[in-house]
Amino acid sequence: MSFAGTFGLWMAVFFTFSIFSFLYKDNPFYKFAEQVFVGLSAAYWLVYLYYSIMLPNLFSKLISDFKGNLILLIPAALGIMMLMRIIPKTQWISRFPIAIMIGTSAGISMVRYAKSDLLSQISATMINPFAAVSVSAVIGNFLLIIGTICGVYFFYFSKKQEGLSAVPSKLGIWFLMISFGASFGYTVMARISLLIGRLEFILKDWLHIIK
Amino acid sequence: MSVNANSQTERRIVFLVLLLAVALPLIFPIGWKTEVSGYTKMAWNLIESTPDSVVVIFSFDYDPSTMTELQPMAEAMLEHAFSRNHKVLAMALWPQGAQMAEQAFAEAKKAYPDKAYGVDYINMGYKVAGIVAIQAMGRSMAEVFPTDQRGIKYQEIPMLKNIRTLKDIAYINSLSSGTPGIKEWVMAGRDAYGTPVTGGTTAVSAPGFFPYVNSQKQLHGMLGGLKAASEYEVLIGKIGSATTKMDAQSIAHLLILIFIAVGNVKAFRARRRRDAI
Amino acid sequence: MKRNLPLIFAFISGILVVISEFIPHRPFSQMVSTLQDWFMIIAGFAIILGQISLFQANLAKIKEKKSGWYFYLAGLLSFMLMLVIGLLWGTQEYRGLIGHGEAIQGWLGSKPFDYMFDNAYMPLSATMFSLLAFFIASAAYRAFIIRSFESNLLMITAVIVILGRTSFGGMLTAWLPESFKFWHLPNLSDFIMEYPNSAAQRAIMISAALGIIGSSLRIILGIERSYLGSDK
Repeated sequence: MSFAGTFGLWMAVFFTFSIFSFLYKDNPFYKFAEQVFVGLSAAYWLVYLYYSIMLPNLFSKLISDFKGNLILLIPAALGIMMLMRIIPKTQWISRFPIAIMIGTSAGISMVRYAKSDLLSQISATMINPFAAVSVSAVIGNFLLIIGTICGVYFFYFSKKQEGLSAVPSKLGIWFLMISFGASFGYTVMARISLLIGRLEFILKDWLHIIK
Repeated sequence: MSVNANSQTERRIVFLVLLLAVALPLIFPIGWKTEVSGYTKMAWNLIESTPDSVVVIFSFDYDPSTMTELQPMAEAMLEHAFSRNHKVLAMALWPQGAQMAEQAFAEAKKAYPDKAYGVDYINMGYKVAGIVAIQAMGRSMAEVFPTDQRGIKYQEIPMLKNIRTLKDIAYINSLSSGTPGIKEWVMAGRDAYGTPVTGGTTAVSAPGFFPYVNSQKQLHGMLGGLKAASEYEVLIGKIGSATTKMDAQSIAHLLILIFIAVGNVKAFRARRRRDAI
Repeated sequence: MKRNLPLIFAFISGILVVISEFIPHRPFSQMVSTLQDWFMIIAGFAIILGQISLFQANLAKIKEKKSGWYFYLAGLLSFMLMLVIGLLWGTQEYRGLIGHGEAIQGWLGSKPFDYMFDNAYMPLSATMFSLLAFFIASAAYRAFIIRSFESNLLMITAVIVILGRTSFGGMLTAWLPESFKFWHLPNLSDFIMEYPNSAAQRAIMISAALGIIGSSLRIILGIERSYLGSDK
């Protein structure tokens, strides 16, 4: 391996162990690695932003055909107005581009959530439970319908309930508990996977114990 | 020893045992077999049943922090798409995704060295603004991607000659570890423009996406976590990086169950002691 | 003007998006398309603003010599280094301001930006998140205790899913006859994910969607205006 390659590998090993050292206790190595991570990731974002957005979608278009892309001066101006937030006296100027962004996002969220997370989900719950091939799927379909209705009931009628009206809420909680248990199981899987990835780096790329 | 020091020691023992439980199966593999689940098969079916020569999107919406889970999925699905002769347009809603795409292409090209850049695959890079970018792609792809990463103009890329909007894409595959990601693709790609969406996600976010795999076909199957990645490798007949990690995953899961059991026994005993007093 | 005009801007842009959903033709489609293209550029500037703020905050800590200021200096230096090499020589595919840097590439084996990405950013990012494996193991040992019927439900589901999502779990119940295949751990785990889990997650989804639709409407109509900040 070349010198640069070896140096790079040892740098990766150093940073890996610096982060792992937090497991023993907080220490200067961890703090150093943490700040380097913050710095690198901020710069990474900025560099990619320049090459993949600002350059092709704005600067290149203006440079290659200024007259044809005059309209792009508007978002460019709005962008510069956004940067005015840095100076306390001119902070109010940034409200204009922020308002456009927030307004557009709100409009998009409204229509998209209404379609995907409300209407489509309701449609997907209004199914014929018997139109399934197996007994377990029929039972599953019933659970799906009952669980969804009881879950929504639990969220929307949150005042204290007694007697019969408390039953759907109770059922809703049970379904939520099952879901949280499943989520915990999946979270265990995710976290372990990430550790496996790092140990594979140490054992394979650095120590060459495994192939 | 004080209670605090005792608990600190206990904590460190837990850490050490976990470290060993993950490391040992990596060094001494067992070779347990993986069973394929329905949702993984569904995602595989979408790619398998899509005719050849169509243009598809692979969106790399993750960063290196979750690459252990998502990179094997990306590589396996990319190889499958290449085997079906799909033309892959890679893009990223996360800035780091552009590099992840490059790594996935490099790996897939080992099996398919004849695939040519611009003809069989292309990397359009990162686009900011998540769902807004996807919505904009639904109206004009060339507006969102004036050039690829190398600076080649959209109109000059051979494989994108007939691709004007998202509607011309055969399917979208989002490898996602958060927002923006699979949810935005379902909302804007599938529900707004009707393009089929499949994808893979980290295990931690998978339970929240399962409702999208439904009778409305908002999502055509989904891969959740490393286990699903290994299932996909089984489906394409590859012993990839996910498969080799599954033994360590299994042992670590067993250890977590043991921790839960021991923790509960300890708590039960402590409760009984308290009740006795 | 300082408050009302931005509110009008938010109303117009929000309402345009909603109208274009129902009337997806000119002029609305054209207007929204332009608005979305602008959004991406403005969002780019917003990210630049965020990075400048981070830079300023770190710089202030260094100037004031706050405790651990030298760590912030390290952060700032790594930020500068990554930014400069990224802009000068570009990234894997992108050409930098002074070209691709063939000479330096020949020495490092890749572009300086990618070298830093592979050897510093990637290990830092991946290791930072892998720490969570240890914490979840510790949580499983210390906090996952059965106390009530609800916690029992949570525990049983977690155990089935933890076992069902491994190769070992499949092996454990592989001996079950065909008529009992439902109880095969991977099948049981898939059933839980597909039905009861989906039901609960769908309930959360529907409830959250109603909340988001409501708050979006409040923003568009100018009832919610906290994003404008104070008048100072």
